[in-house]
Amino acid sequence: MDNTNKTGLKAYLAANLREYGLLFALIGVMAFFQIVTNGTLLRAVNITNLLLQNSYIIIMALGMLVIIVGGHIDLSVGSVMGFIGALAAVMIVNWNMNPLLTIAICLVAGGVIGGAQGYWVAYWRIPPFIVTLAGMLVFRGLSLWLLHGQSVGPFPREFTVIANGFVPDVFPAAWGESLAVMTGVRQVNVLAAVMGFVAAAFVIWRGMKQRATNKAYGIEDEPQSFFVVRTGIVAFALIFVMWKLATFRGLPNVLITMGVLTVIYAFLTENTVIGRRVYAMGGNEKAAKLSGINTERLTFLAFVNMGVLAAAAGLVFAARLNTATPKAGFALELDVIAAVFIGGASMSGGVGTIVGAVVGAFLMGVLNNGMSIMGIGIDYQQMIKGLVLLMAVVFDVYNKQKQG
Amino acid sequence: MTTLLEMRNITKEFPGVKALDQVNLKVEEGEIHAICGENGAGKSTLMKVLSGIYPIGTYDGDIHYEGDVAAFKTLSDSESRGIVIIHQELALVPDLSIAENIFLGNERASNGVINWHETNARTEELLKKVGLVETPTTKVDSIGVGKQQLVEIAKALSKDVKLLILDEPTAALQENDSRKLLDLMLELKSQGVTCIIISHKLNEVRYVADTVTVIRDGQTVSAHAAKGLSEDRIVADMVGRDMTHRYPEHVRTPGEMLMEVEAWNVWHPEHGDRQVVKNAAFNVRAGEVVGIAGLMGSGRTELAMSVFGKSYGRNISGSVKLHGKEVDVSTVGRAIDAGLAYVTEDRKSLGLVLEETIRFNTTLSNLEGVSKGGILNKNEETKAAERYREALATRTPSVFQKVMNLSGGNQQKVVLAKWLFTEPEVLILDEPTRGIDVGAKYEIYTIINDLAAQGKGVVMISSEMPELLGMCDRIYVMNEGALVGELTAAEASQERIMSLIVSE
Repeated sequence: MDNTNKTGLKAYLAANLREYGLLFALIGVMAFFQIVTNGTLLRAVNITNLLLQNSYIIIMALGMLVIIVGGHIDLSVGSVMGFIGALAAVMIVNWNMNPLLTIAICLVAGGVIGGAQGYWVAYWRIPPFIVTLAGMLVFRGLSLWLLHGQSVGPFPREFTVIANGFVPDVFPAAWGESLAVMTGVRQVNVLAAVMGFVAAAFVIWRGMKQRATNKAYGIEDEPQSFFVVRTGIVAFALIFVMWKLATFRGLPNVLITMGVLTVIYAFLTENTVIGRRVYAMGGNEKAAKLSGINTERLTFLAFVNMGVLAAAAGLVFAARLNTATPKAGFALELDVIAAVFIGGASMSGGVGTIVGAVVGAFLMGVLNNGMSIMGIGIDYQQMIKGLVLLMAVVFDVYNKQKQG
Repeated sequence: MTTLLEMRNITKEFPGVKALDQVNLKVEEGEIHAICGENGAGKSTLMKVLSGIYPIGTYDGDIHYEGDVAAFKTLSDSESRGIVIIHQELALVPDLSIAENIFLGNERASNGVINWHETNARTEELLKKVGLVETPTTKVDSIGVGKQQLVEIAKALSKDVKLLILDEPTAALQENDSRKLLDLMLELKSQGVTCIIISHKLNEVRYVADTVTVIRDGQTVSAHAAKGLSEDRIVADMVGRDMTHRYPEHVRTPGEMLMEVEAWNVWHPEHGDRQVVKNAAFNVRAGEVVGIAGLMGSGRTELAMSVFGKSYGRNISGSVKLHGKEVDVSTVGRAIDAGLAYVTEDRKSLGLVLEETIRFNTTLSNLEGVSKGGILNKNEETKAAERYREALATRTPSVFQKVMNLSGGNQQKVVLAKWLFTEPEVLILDEPTRGIDVGAKYEIYTIINDLAAQGKGVVMISSEMPELLGMCDRIYVMNEGALVGELTAAEASQERIMSLIVSE
């Protein structure tokens, strides 16, 4: 009995190695850097930094996931991001425009840029590789032109808060002080601490609800022990990270933006008609078309969406650096695309998840951050990141072959 | 006669499935040996074991070839011993010439420089041998499937083949091309080449084969001499039960006029001066099954696809009426809304998202039916998928199975489920039983009869005339883009249909 149970678990693990592999890879990498950096990696200030540093990559990875699942690619996002940052700088710094209005205009501009590229891909069937390669050059040039090759800054505080601001604690300060005394830390942002528990509770509740539905429909589910361990790790990690943030400056604004966007896109891809159609289009475009799906419009919209998210990332990036430079976002598209593929998306489309892409981005982020702390040169960093990407995809393909 | 090949007690297991269970196969030198069996019976797996695609060590049992024990590790090991497989899906490079394809991987070259003179001269010889009249420099994509098949055989002959394995060679071929191919097999036999043919078409098996081995559920059921063997006997062995009726009984009473297509003209999407459908007009009544017969390339699929949301062709003109009222079918979405459904000829590349689940595919054309305000209700989705799984008796452990893991017949049921879920009034079925086995065909026919009984109109396109004769109330005959005749079930026969095609 015990024996058969064990092989069942083993078979399940083998079939779902990808999802678990990614999670354990992230944990393993974090554990490794935690040890070799003598605990610097998981210090509150560094966790805050890690989130801020990777926020724009994650924001773009959400859009890129949709693009790649739909069977396309977008090489222009780094340039678009830089261009929008430049546009914002010119509008706010040179023309003294209202930051909120500027943000709105920039997001629309991003959508228009995405649409302009998507138009050729969707309605003229020009390969997205070509269209967005052209876009990459055009928008890089436009940023240079807009900034006259110079850096433009600094921004007013109302603008930089989108990247560098923190959510103020809504709970009485006395609560935080007494919590700080109880746990022996300097300060506690009660809101952040509470949010950690709320997020953990949400993850557990959703997981259990899913299990209940699966059971009701007789769907084969992951073994109980796996579910407990996996959910436990995720819940614990959420509480841990949020607690660390609480002992520093609280919740970064950008974390809220990122978290909300991630939840929205996860829902959009998994639970909506339009999300389902993107998967169908990437999985088999002809079949999708003959099933009544307007694949042209869908492709167009995916690029518009990507443009808006690239613009959002550009705003966050400019705000974080407090200046717009012509080099902003240079080669960043490759980090974004790498994150999506490390997260398990397939080059041929139809496969990939939002959560995977976000975890993939974090994995790359932790690698960057950990190696920087260790003082490893940019030369080795690039090589190691390249190999990680290759290994992740090789692992994917190997797994598929073994199953097939 | 000596034994060329003997496979003894071959067992091949995949995780959770025993694909082959103690299979035995004995092929005599110089014979044509047919292997019959339903889809999923294990025929292709057996051939993969034989050709080294599944290397020695991954299966149990022995292969004796030319008197000694063979231990093939790769495909090239078996090819070097003269075993050549021609797969169902042809493995030719469409943009290369016939000669280049034939000598691909086996180039006539010295020091890496190709000797085109020798290549083309050898190709001429080989083409003559297989009876193909084409120049060696013709591109493969400019000749038809039937001729491509001959190129594959010429390629096999270029490798000094001793044992030629043909996996469903006539599945995509027309009657006369099929006949040519079978005659070529007999010709090769007279030259001493041993052949194994895997086929569903029993009349062809009886025409060429000396011996027939039947495999069912991964086991050898029988091996008979073909002489005097009846088709019914082979079918009985294949399905494990007696099948006296290949088409289910039906009584139909067609009702009111449902769909009328009039003055339908379609031009080729790339060659604008070529008219693919010429002034076609056809109709179907409620509860009626109407067939469209014709050779491949006669424009049947083009007619159906152009009616269904203008999915094919340019400059389309004509009208489509439902219940006497003209409807807009200018996009697939509108055609679906109007009540049309089109089950494609090629279910793998046009009908299904193979990487996805049965549930995903079932609801794909009618996501509105399982969503509210653009948000999917996955429980409703599961229920819908389950409902059609039961209604169509799709054999699968659950609706969360990926469709790529299903057999052809079950995949076809998923495609049907997808279209039934849109609750269409008229279903156009393009080759609905291609490449699926006898038992599953019977089930598909039963489903078609049920649909007609529910008052739906069915238009059935098929290359298999017996199927049309066995299922349809009326048959249109199509040739070179025009509907050249219309026969009632009582009038129709294979001869009448053929003569209508030929008389044009």
